[in-house]
Amino acid sequence: MKAILRNFRDLLQYPSAIIGLIMVMGLIVIAIYTLFAIPYNKAIILWRGGEDQWYRYPKYAMPIWVNYFRKDKLPETIALSTVDHPEFKKVEINADGSSLIFIEIPFEYNYDIFPQDLTLIFRSNFVNKAPFVSVSINTPTGEKIRLKNFSITTKQDYRISQDKDLEKKLGGKKPEIGLFSDPNSESPKVLKGLYVIKIEGLTFENGSDFNAEFISYGKVSGLAGTDHLRRDLMIALLWGAPVALAFGLLAAIGTSLTQMIIAATSTWYGGWVDTIIQRITEVNLVLPFLPILIMIGVFYSRSIWVILGAVVILNIFGQGIKTFRAVFMQTKVAPYIEAARAYGASNWRIIFSYLVPRIIPMLIPQFIILIPSYVFLEASLAVLGLGDPTLPTWGKIIDDARANGALFQGWYYWIMEPSVLLMVTGLAFSMLGFALDRVFNPRLRGQ
Amino acid sequence: MAETESVLSKNVELLPETKKIKGGSSTLGRVAKYTGMRIVTLAITVVVALYLTIVIANMGGYVDEIRRAQIREDVGSKVANDPTMRNVPAEIKRAKIDELVRLQEKRYGMDRPFITRSATYLTDAITLNLGYALKMNSNSGSKSVRNILLERLPPTLLLFATADILLFFLSLFFALILSRQYGSFFDKLLITLTPLSSAPGWFYGIFLILILSAILKVLPFGGMVDAPPPSSPISYFLSLLKHMLLPVLALTLSQIFIEVFSWRTFFLIYSSEDYVDMAKAKGLTSREIESKYILRPTLPTIITSFALLLIGVWTGAPILETIFSWPGLGRAFFQAIGLFDTPVIIGETVIFSYLLAMTVFLLDIIYALVDPRVKIGGEESAI
Repeated sequence: MKAILRNFRDLLQYPSAIIGLIMVMGLIVIAIYTLFAIPYNKAIILWRGGEDQWYRYPKYAMPIWVNYFRKDKLPETIALSTVDHPEFKKVEINADGSSLIFIEIPFEYNYDIFPQDLTLIFRSNFVNKAPFVSVSINTPTGEKIRLKNFSITTKQDYRISQDKDLEKKLGGKKPEIGLFSDPNSESPKVLKGLYVIKIEGLTFENGSDFNAEFISYGKVSGLAGTDHLRRDLMIALLWGAPVALAFGLLAAIGTSLTQMIIAATSTWYGGWVDTIIQRITEVNLVLPFLPILIMIGVFYSRSIWVILGAVVILNIFGQGIKTFRAVFMQTKVAPYIEAARAYGASNWRIIFSYLVPRIIPMLIPQFIILIPSYVFLEASLAVLGLGDPTLPTWGKIIDDARANGALFQGWYYWIMEPSVLLMVTGLAFSMLGFALDRVFNPRLRGQ
Repeated sequence: MAETESVLSKNVELLPETKKIKGGSSTLGRVAKYTGMRIVTLAITVVVALYLTIVIANMGGYVDEIRRAQIREDVGSKVANDPTMRNVPAEIKRAKIDELVRLQEKRYGMDRPFITRSATYLTDAITLNLGYALKMNSNSGSKSVRNILLERLPPTLLLFATADILLFFLSLFFALILSRQYGSFFDKLLITLTPLSSAPGWFYGIFLILILSAILKVLPFGGMVDAPPPSSPISYFLSLLKHMLLPVLALTLSQIFIEVFSWRTFFLIYSSEDYVDMAKAKGLTSREIESKYILRPTLPTIITSFALLLIGVWTGAPILETIFSWPGLGRAFFQAIGLFDTPVIIGETVIFSYLLAMTVFLLDIIYALVDPRVKIGGEESAI
């Protein structure tokens, strides 16, 4: 106990160790928070949920905080529904059962940039005859622009931005630009102020009704931005932490422990056991590690647990054995081992109670330094398209971003956010590990 | 993974020990004998590695299944396109297809048990007789996996050999300089930067593309030469150089800190030996001490650590080449994954085994040349 405390105090003398430790703690806190805030099942539903889940989010939106660094503010998403705001809707029911529905959706548009996309979503119920609506918009100058008249099915999306007739009417300008432009300005400039979407609807049946939702998709969304499927990247960024930590830790524990035990066995028995283990290690050296993992991923399973198992199995005879073996060789001839042998300790007792504990100080730093390489391995597989199909991870965000040309299109946030998190994880563990190495293995400390 | 372990292994020998090399009177003879023995050991090693690859690839006969499906599809489309079969009733057509499939499967040896089949697969893999790709082609239009892979080998070798050689000499250079100024600002800076090596090359590749290609627009996003390729050799070479700069830089960035750090530590360990003090006392110049008393005995250790580094670098090839659209083996691997082209995937695994073995072998020869214990025929192993 005292020794641990002393080592810990030694460790705190290294600034890199403190920074590393803080970053590791931060990651663990994020991981635990994520597991409680977005439980596994919910995360999977959110991440794999399609348009239904995310229709209120814009595509390729940057994180909201980019607005702090820009003079011209990027718009946020405005989504207003008559379900949430019944006050927008007025219904006049006629004697024959038909009804007139007036909807007015007012919204302030005070951004410097035009929205990404405009959509009106209708949900109606009827038996035979579909309701009919006519849509218009009032601009802050008081001008009324008619958009379109049409009848609505039970689920109807009116994509204002893709309305070619409207585009013609606006003088060839895209609707999301034309509708919000200042008419007195030469170059397209946003006219700020209060806009009102007006919908006049007619239903023809008793009990027939409809609701409307207006969405002006912005160019910023959430603290992390969104991807090509409108998903909030925050979910994957948060979930990446527990996945990366679990994978890195388990893989590092699995490989270090098996390697250590094999190395101890190899040195203790010596002779042909040692020779065979050494030869297997050499075969393992030319075994193409990543290609075999890729093969397993493509042919059998992309599940993160299968890959984890494969990583551990392929590394049982990894190069760590040679390192451990060198230390065991020195320990084997130590007097206390000789004493143990003299009083008749069994081979297994010597290996597990005397040899293995001896190597723990060396194992801990090595094990911590190993973690990032497995974290990056998981990301590498994801970038190759072999990530776990269900889990949202950092590597998969990078893969999505790359596949959608984020670097060419300038969506840097998309690729930078997971990369920075990966880098932080890598740095945290290796900074801590290198410092631990110097504390536990002082022979390398001074020269 | 190798690079992180090498730091801790310090002066531990990782390559197979140069055990009991007796006989062979001349230096050349001993080196030749050592090399010969290493060729035999490595050949056995490669065979075992290839066999494991095949066993994993065909675990549960999964690859056989894919091959069977492929045979059936090929035969089916052949029969469908056969003009003489056009007016034949469906049952006869089906019977004909079944018969052809059976014959084809027999031709491929599908009816024999896995042990014998795997032996055929093994000889095929050793001779690089890797079958035909399902979807991919070589540039010359060949479907043979061997042609596809051999065609993509030169760009990969060019990229990685350049990066590796650069990495070796840069690391050696900086390690020597820093070992001379132990505890200086730059030495401490290096120690601070060492954790950066935990990220692989492709990861730095993304950052480099982002900064130099996307934002500053000074270097290309990827590829090997401009499109269309320049006609004159000089501009071709320059274009190649321009495209190689980023991937080489990415690889170097990801490995150099840890290599310099560990090699500098080797140098420091060796420079505290008594014979170095002795040389200093004799009044030899520091240059002489460095080359004859420090570098010379450290070289075998350095080469061993470099071998592990190279193995780690090879492992990253598929992703690095994909990120930089480098038309080599790694990118072909990525394409094969996307197309689910099983013969190419297995072929890639086989060829990467070979590449790893060749790397180890090449460094073994250099090891034999620089390690005096091999040259003079030392009895003891290298630990």
